[in-house]
Amino acid sequence: MFKAKNELGLVFFPAFDWAISLTHPEREERLLYTQDQLFEEGIDDIEGIHFYNPIIAEEQDVQRVHFCVPDVRSRLTESHFISVGGAIRASQAFMEGDVDKAFALVRPPGHHAHRVVYGDRGFCIVNVEAAMIERMRREYGDLRVAIVDTDCHHGDGTQDIYWNDKDTLFISFHQDGRTLYPGTGSIYEFGGPSAYGYNINIPLPPGTGDEGFLYVLDNVVLPILDEYKPDIIINSAGQDNHYTDPITNMNFTAQGYAELNHRLDPDIAVLEGGYSIEGALPYINLGIILAMAGLDYSHVMEPDYDESKLRQSRRISKNIEEISEAVYNRWRNRNELRQRDLKDAEIVERDRQIFYDTDRILEDQTQNFKVCKNCSGLNTIRSQSSTGYNIFAITIPRDACSKCIDDGYRLFRNTPSSNYSNIYIQDRVNDEFEVR
Amino acid sequence: MIVGLDMGGTHIDAVIIEDGEIINTVKKPTDRGNLFKSIWTTLEELLTDYDKSNIERINLSTTISTNAIVEGKTSPVGMIIQSGPGIQSDFLACGDENIFISGYVDHRGSVVQNLQLEEIERGIELFKQRGIDSCAVVTKFSTRNPSHEIAIRELAEKHINHVTMGHSMSGKLNFPRRVFTSYLNSAVYDTFNEFSDNIKKSMKREGVDAPLYVLKADGGTMNLSTAEQMPVETILSGPAASFMGLNAMLRTDKDALLLDIGGTTTDIFFLADGVPLFEPLGIKIDKYKTLVRAIYSYSIGLGGDSSIYIKDGKMQIGPKREGKPYAFGGPSPTPTDAMIVLGLMEEGDRDRASKAMDKLGHVLNLSIKDTAKKVLDTMGEIIKHEVDELLYEINSHPVYTVKELLYGKEIEPQVINIIGGPAKMLQPTLEEKFNLPCYYPENYHIANAVGAALAKTTTEITMVADTARGILSVPELEVYEKISRNYTLDLARKRAMELLRESAISLGAKEEELELEVVEESVFNMVRGFFTSGQNIRIKAQVKPGLIQELRSDRVV
Repeated sequence: MFKAKNELGLVFFPAFDWAISLTHPEREERLLYTQDQLFEEGIDDIEGIHFYNPIIAEEQDVQRVHFCVPDVRSRLTESHFISVGGAIRASQAFMEGDVDKAFALVRPPGHHAHRVVYGDRGFCIVNVEAAMIERMRREYGDLRVAIVDTDCHHGDGTQDIYWNDKDTLFISFHQDGRTLYPGTGSIYEFGGPSAYGYNINIPLPPGTGDEGFLYVLDNVVLPILDEYKPDIIINSAGQDNHYTDPITNMNFTAQGYAELNHRLDPDIAVLEGGYSIEGALPYINLGIILAMAGLDYSHVMEPDYDESKLRQSRRISKNIEEISEAVYNRWRNRNELRQRDLKDAEIVERDRQIFYDTDRILEDQTQNFKVCKNCSGLNTIRSQSSTGYNIFAITIPRDACSKCIDDGYRLFRNTPSSNYSNIYIQDRVNDEFEVR
Repeated sequence: MIVGLDMGGTHIDAVIIEDGEIINTVKKPTDRGNLFKSIWTTLEELLTDYDKSNIERINLSTTISTNAIVEGKTSPVGMIIQSGPGIQSDFLACGDENIFISGYVDHRGSVVQNLQLEEIERGIELFKQRGIDSCAVVTKFSTRNPSHEIAIRELAEKHINHVTMGHSMSGKLNFPRRVFTSYLNSAVYDTFNEFSDNIKKSMKREGVDAPLYVLKADGGTMNLSTAEQMPVETILSGPAASFMGLNAMLRTDKDALLLDIGGTTTDIFFLADGVPLFEPLGIKIDKYKTLVRAIYSYSIGLGGDSSIYIKDGKMQIGPKREGKPYAFGGPSPTPTDAMIVLGLMEEGDRDRASKAMDKLGHVLNLSIKDTAKKVLDTMGEIIKHEVDELLYEINSHPVYTVKELLYGKEIEPQVINIIGGPAKMLQPTLEEKFNLPCYYPENYHIANAVGAALAKTTTEITMVADTARGILSVPELEVYEKISRNYTLDLARKRAMELLRESAISLGAKEEELELEVVEESVFNMVRGFFTSGQNIRIKAQVKPGLIQELRSDRVV
């Protein structure tokens, strides 16, 4: 067998004994054919490709990024702890220098999980990448991280978690939210007051093909990454932009995914969605693995691949060029835009209604971001759910100044408990989490 | 009366076992120039005073195929490879001529693109021109659908003497290994069949009418006619012979560490609850990773004759062996010299042994005796270190279910069983280093022949039942049966057991000695759209390797 150019760590955990329900897309069978393809190709015999088992994540890993209501244990299954643990294991292999790159093929996915978690939405309960990144920061110190979310659905959960954190650049390209779940992801969702411009959405028209995705990558994503200069690039590697995916409308191919990973050159990739389990996943995953390992992926192709059918129209190309230009200009002008949009606001509030499609829960929440000169500022969430909870959650950000820390704990102690079913504080400076 | 013979690189050992007792043994040097003659003269000497009509069976462990591969004395092979889309496939060109053909089958076993017959005809023509008389055909996912391999063989066998088909080698998924395994099978086909013809003729001439079995690397046997078709299965059976011998002489049903400590190398094996641990996919020979099922073994360059050096004030043993021990006129100090100094061995020149230890002790500032003790201690350290690393690796093998990850079994040896020349001398050191009881058998020098003699017939099968396609397949048995939409895991398991039993008996197993077990089973609900379209059932089952008889010999220390 030959040798990989990059040492690549793989956590392949198909969770063959876990499903949301018998016929749910997120079921036991999902990575079965991917496993068949990887085994038949002899991936495990390639020198330089190393397999790791997941570790099991701890409650603390979840509490760093979420307020699970009422608590972590009641919201997550063992599979969720393992999925997070799989991503953490991949990141450890990378951070310890055992490998040059790492790819966690784990399930269930996580990018629709917001800060507050009442249940499952978009097949996600815990945000796998965010839990991984915050564990990395805990173990290895401050890191400037860029997340590039290539799932077809807007990574609304990841956006929510890093909304006000300019040390974590979030770029999502996805099928336009007006045509697909979860509906969000417009270019005007631009970040909280301390990170305005560091949340970048690139909504793409249905029918976008390889040409369009690679255009966005070359003309928006890569230039922004060049300027942002992250320590680490993470690909939130959803695979449902594929032309055979049953629940989306895009025309991306396995070749396209491989090429994208080759050009993006992420340090860590984490599997997200993708439900064309027979026709797409085996080939996309093979393509991504080969690209990350620095091996030839030019022969990776789907059985029913037909270039002529997948070519995107001129109209779509034009549309993508316009969006790309708009997004890139907003990034370049982010400081002016902040001045224009937020002026000298001391507090920024946003109200949202969040629907948990998988668990049929409706949530109303108000997030409140304090603008602080010395740090990212204290922020709070007031939230009510259709399941009867009414919570108040306080986050002291990682870079909080001592005043914001004190303010946070004062707020936690002094908020009358009669008003809420649960009161939480997430102290990211001291890595503490408390409930009242 | 059972006859066991193990042919090693330097010696051939043979034994006769009757009712669990070793009644005769012979040891002869191997004549590398004529392996068949070496075997035959050993057998003749072994059987001289015994009634040949009493022989129930003869079990052979041979290096015929191994040597041919390692020494590059194989037949030229023409490869026909259908690699389909995926990883670039140039590296699979292992034959003397390699034809890469179009067409492909996907992971479900559906034919996506048909064969181009003229490509194959051109290939066969080329093989003929080049005088190639042995070929192998391997297509990607042939285990899921072998129709292309079968069609190609039908064309090829009109012109070519022997054709190996990939799917008949193993049911496991790993295309590169299937290519290399099939190549090797064709490459040693002539060599092994010539050997087997010679054996059969000689047996007939001498009036030996016992069935002949050949040892495999998995510690089991197969009958000669199977070996003739699957000669690649006879490679690297030597460590398996030692391993089975160790198990025959020292029975355990615990997790155990097994060591065969020789002059140049130490082979490391493990038992999990007394059952051998296998290589996950297959054994590696020369530069080829194969699908040949094999007992897990790891060899380190450490033995009684390994050279000892002092580097940066630290003692190093092996991995090189530069000749005989110093006490026997060799060039450098060895563990054997240390054992002589400590009075653990009678043979050898004591003065030279002392001199060897003195040379090392001088640098380390230790007395001769303390140096010798340090040698044994260091050997123990090296073995302990290697074993710990291997156990870490084995215990972190990939798992794919929540249940396995949370509750999977880890191997934790409770006992150490050892054989080999220095075994007895190292026993106290190993007990101390591992803090585990350590045993060795009195007759360890013939463990390999005993292992060969007592090895049962083994085999394994890989079954996939896809009720949506309506096909049940066991590629290595050429079984592709229609099944109904209502086929279940229970039915599949029952069918797997039937097929495994039939297969084992056709390989020469006796009904009463069969121990069958399901190694893995899983069933997946297949959903297309939002409806269940069928079940994808997967079963691996095996005949457990084991012993034909319990050995009633000395059980020691």
